Amino acid sequence: MTGLLVQTTAATDQAAIPSRRRTGGGLWTAIRRSPKAMVGLVIFLIFCVIAIRPQLFTSVKDPTALDFMPGLGPSGDHWLGTTRLGQDIYAQLIYGTRESLLIAVIAGFFATVLSVLIGVSAAYLGGFADEVLLFFTNVFLVVPTFPLIIILSKYAGGGSFFVILLVLVATGWSYGANQLRAQALSLRNRDFLESARVRGERSLYIIVFELLPTMTSLIVANFLGAALYSVLAAAGLQFLGLGDQTKVSWGTMLYWAQSQGALQNGSPLWSIAPGLCVALLGTSFALLNYAFDEISNPALRPVRKLKVRSNGARAHS
Amino acid sequence: MRFLLRRLGFFVLTLWAALTLNFFIPKWMPGNPKQALIDRTHHRLSDKAIDAMLASFGYKQGQNIFVQYLEYLKDQLTGDWGRSIGQNLGEPVSRIVGEALPWTLGLVGLATVLAFILGSLVGIVAGWRRGSKIDSVLPSVFVVTSALPYFWVALLLILFFSVWTNGLLPSDFSYDNAIPMGFSGEFVSSVLQHAVLPAATIVITAVGGWVLTMRNNMITTLAEDYIRMGRAKGLSNNRIMLNYAGRNAMLPNLSGFAMSLGFVISGAILIEYVFNYQGLGYLLFNAVQNADYPLMGTLFMLFTVAVLVAVFVCDFAIFLLDPRARAKG
Repeated sequence: MTGLLVQTTAATDQAAIPSRRRTGGGLWTAIRRSPKAMVGLVIFLIFCVIAIRPQLFTSVKDPTALDFMPGLGPSGDHWLGTTRLGQDIYAQLIYGTRESLLIAVIAGFFATVLSVLIGVSAAYLGGFADEVLLFFTNVFLVVPTFPLIIILSKYAGGGSFFVILLVLVATGWSYGANQLRAQALSLRNRDFLESARVRGERSLYIIVFELLPTMTSLIVANFLGAALYSVLAAAGLQFLGLGDQTKVSWGTMLYWAQSQGALQNGSPLWSIAPGLCVALLGTSFALLNYAFDEISNPALRPVRKLKVRSNGARAHS
Repeated sequence: MRFLLRRLGFFVLTLWAALTLNFFIPKWMPGNPKQALIDRTHHRLSDKAIDAMLASFGYKQGQNIFVQYLEYLKDQLTGDWGRSIGQNLGEPVSRIVGEALPWTLGLVGLATVLAFILGSLVGIVAGWRRGSKIDSVLPSVFVVTSALPYFWVALLLILFFSVWTNGLLPSDFSYDNAIPMGFSGEFVSSVLQHAVLPAATIVITAVGGWVLTMRNNMITTLAEDYIRMGRAKGLSNNRIMLNYAGRNAMLPNLSGFAMSLGFVISGAILIEYVFNYQGLGYLLFNAVQNADYPLMGTLFMLFTVAVLVAVFVCDFAIFLLDPRARAKG
């Protein structure tokens, strides 16, 4: 059962030589050194500020109120025009940030917690428990999640914030669990864990204080992956009309735009702008994720830091 | 052989798990087929008539749940998928699915394979030309494209190639209704035209992932000794790149390919919805809108089977291609 899945993570497996630096400082230096990570971080922080204080960015108090002329083009008063229902698109975009960002971060966080719990304990316990947990992980990995999400949120009577969160966590943890398990397995018999065992530490202590810190970068990468998945899946769900349509979020904006035929009726910005925001937030997670892949697997880092490969590169250029 | 048997066991167990989920989710969740049917018939039928209708669709009320479960498993496996209680009230689910299946297989299947091949080739070249101009730009570009929402790319394509260009390419349905169905040149070209935008959406959003994983696998593989050996023997660069490194770097990607099919199906639902393309994804969306529980269940089961078959086929391919997998099993 393991053959297939372990191979997909071969790259991380081989590079599982964790740095024993102070993790916080190490991560920060690594982010600062990588332009990709910096771009991702800046986009993410901008969205965070908007989500915390939307009032700073727009004078509109209630983004859902039908206060304006419907279907206006972009102008000084309405930077992105108004919807066909008479709402300011820019204001909706600003206020919608919070819901979309919250879903991504919270779902990403809990999915990561679940994958750490299941992945690491599977690797650490070994034997029959490992087999069972691995099977469980693989089932969730293979079962097509998005149809399942759609069906689940339908049965649960439309997607309130909580329902969407729940299905995203339930379907988003398996990939990470598999990766973490693979890395934890490769770390299991390292000397520093052996010495902790000889010291007579309890398993819980070993896992939390010895094993997990060495896996920080992979855990962070998993969080980013799960958050990316959550952004896209939540937007997709809301776009299909399975979200809470009374709340403002990028996905519900897309839903309303689509149901009013925004593209065909001459207000394309109504659906293009929120889609762009989803894409930007997704990009910021993806860029950070890629940068963390480079951190946990030094072989992938930009080539100037490696002397060995430059020979090969020259040979055929 | 043990390797394959294990995989077969996984196949059966996962299918069973999916079917069980399928059976129990409606039982746990609020809202049920009976209520849905009452809503669909606008409360005009008596309670008894509804029960009789449900019974004729294969619903046994008040029967032992365990017996129901076993019968459900038997029915699903023998292709007796019940009747739709949605738009096509009473039509067998198998016929509805059968009509939509070829469209999805043709569109999504071909586009996915295309994206995989294209992405792998670009990834091989990017990994090989490590540190060159291509390699410094490509990963960033593909990180961005892989994070784009499917439906947004679809909307953009519609805007550019259909709305702003006065319908240069069709953005609705899978063929021109005015043309009679058949193997005429006109009909085939209409089908192809209608497939361009949805297929392009799939390729654009899916190709990035393949490029990135392939590039990373390639970099790992290029560090192997047999690559250096190949160079020492004086083999041509192309030969080393494709036959030595590319071939081996492809192996982990193959199993990734099968795994990703689940994501592709997710994307296909949104894409078919945007383009009103009458495939399985569109069908699922409609089934959800109409609370057509039998159809929903069957579609979910079929999606799972599709991924499982792909996983199994890819495992088999790896088994044939990679002696290490055979030795391990």
